[in-house]
Amino acid sequence: MTHDFLVWFSKSFGLFWLMAMAAGVLVYTYWPSNQSRFQQAARAVVDDEDKPWR
Amino acid sequence: MYVAQLTLPERRAALALACLVAGLGLTMAVLGRDDLLGTHGALVIACGVVVAIVVMRGFYAPSPSPERLSSYYDDPTRAGIVFAMIWAIVAMAVGDWVAWLLVSPDLTFDAAWSSFGRLRPVHTSGVIFGFGGNALIATSFYVVQRTSRARLPDQVSPWFVLLGFNLFCILAASGYLMGITQSKEYAEPEWYADIWLVIVWVAYFGLYLRTLARRKEPHIYVSNWYYLAFILVVAVLHIVNNLAVPVSLGHAKSYSAFAGVQDAMTEWWYGHNAVAFFLTSGFLGMMYYFMPKRAGRPIFSYRLSIISFWGITFMYMWAGSHHLHYTALPQWVQTLGMTFSLMLLVPSWASATNALLTLNGAWHKVRDDATLRFMMTAAVFYGLTTFEGSFMAIRPVNSLSHYTDWTIGHVHAGALGWVALITFGSLYSIVPSLWGKRAMYSPRLVEVHYWLAIAGTLVYVISMWNSGIVQGLMWRTYNDSGTLAYSFVDSLVAMHPYYVMRAVGGLLFLIGTVVGAYNIWRTMRTPALAEIGDFAEAPARAAPTLAAAE
Repeated sequence: MTHDFLVWFSKSFGLFWLMAMAAGVLVYTYWPSNQSRFQQAARAVVDDEDKPWR
Repeated sequence: MYVAQLTLPERRAALALACLVAGLGLTMAVLGRDDLLGTHGALVIACGVVVAIVVMRGFYAPSPSPERLSSYYDDPTRAGIVFAMIWAIVAMAVGDWVAWLLVSPDLTFDAAWSSFGRLRPVHTSGVIFGFGGNALIATSFYVVQRTSRARLPDQVSPWFVLLGFNLFCILAASGYLMGITQSKEYAEPEWYADIWLVIVWVAYFGLYLRTLARRKEPHIYVSNWYYLAFILVVAVLHIVNNLAVPVSLGHAKSYSAFAGVQDAMTEWWYGHNAVAFFLTSGFLGMMYYFMPKRAGRPIFSYRLSIISFWGITFMYMWAGSHHLHYTALPQWVQTLGMTFSLMLLVPSWASATNALLTLNGAWHKVRDDATLRFMMTAAVFYGLTTFEGSFMAIRPVNSLSHYTDWTIGHVHAGALGWVALITFGSLYSIVPSLWGKRAMYSPRLVEVHYWLAIAGTLVYVISMWNSGIVQGLMWRTYNDSGTLAYSFVDSLVAMHPYYVMRAVGGLLFLIGTVVGAYNIWRTMRTPALAEIGDFAEAPARAAPTLAAAE
């Protein structure tokens, strides 16, 4: 592997996978059907939980 | 007392592990008999034997009742909290000693082990790994069980993780005093201690995943993401940065696998991500659980917490090179680190804002409850410190701040104001119920601790800001003939009053920690629940704990 190849690779692929990841995170976060699960998880923490569910 | 909770096969496994550790210690002692490695071997034998004796003493205790499976397994959390507070007192005391050493260099009392270069890593490793690490392990066991509504999968591996991690901390601190170091900041322990930590850490990761696999909640709560990022990334960082070749299997000394500027870059990739994933990610996990819990309100925006999680996780990875501005590191790598450090402000402030907005509607609780106030202040300091950090990573700003006490001030704004305060807030909110008590022994002492911690942090940080900027300016002031106006010793003399102030600030913080430890200890020792009232489960939970403690 040469230095030139590494620079080309990091400047092309490196840029795109970071952008793709950011887009993926945003889509997951704002996907409408995920909203209820998120809110339920956030609320569940506040509820009292003194025992494991079995 | 904790052994009685283990089943018979678990007691056997614990005994076998303790003997195995003692055997490893014996191997180290034999191979390294002509070296300091042998001394550490003896120390490992001693630790293994102590654990083996504890297990044997409880070996024939009656088997635990199956009832235990219908509650969470909190014994390792209790022990971890005690270890964390012991490390906090010891390491902060050493830190204040080091601070006074800078005021008065004679305070080494003419011994090699008490020189600045050996004591300083005892302080840094002691507070980061001893105090912070134990608090993270203890609270992560607590949080993962409750957010998964599942008990830890077994009762041996949490002890292996906790005790194994403390063995690493003991090897680290005792090694520094003897002069063992691989001279990488925050990664000073030598190769054998590093290998041991890898084993412990993989067990920790496996335990966490196994618990999550048993979860009854459909969604994995965001705190667990932060804890998992902490565990996983610290493993990656630790393994890569500590790649080294020992002189021989019988010697403590090793040589890094990297050379020159690559070594520096690897070290600061590790060093800055240790700040990110040891001192930020795990403690954000704490904050996202304990703050909503204590405030009685769900997190302001769960979506924002997800976005900030991925932002922090992926951007921090690139920021390390800002520690090497104006060095032999290529300019573009420096610029890359600077840019990512600036972008990091977005997810950092998203987390801080999310935390503070969660408190809307609960500010009266912040006023009345010092425990919640600890967490609120931690979020404020988190916001301040991440802003300062992004600012200091800008190359021209760094030319003033680097190598000065400003850096020390910045680190302590984060370590005292953010890490320690969120930890104390979290511990105060779980210690009473963990020991079956209704509340802390003295709410007033929590209040005293809070104000000592705030006063100590402010005095510390403000004195270091002043001394750092004075230093930076004195080192870059030229006279008419174009030479430096001040010698280095001139700047040292100018530092003296600030060093006294800093040591006093540190002392205030240390006294607060001692008050906190005393309060926690008295809460543990309070004989019985005075008033039961609205705390319905209390008798059931209190009874076995008390029997075990006495």
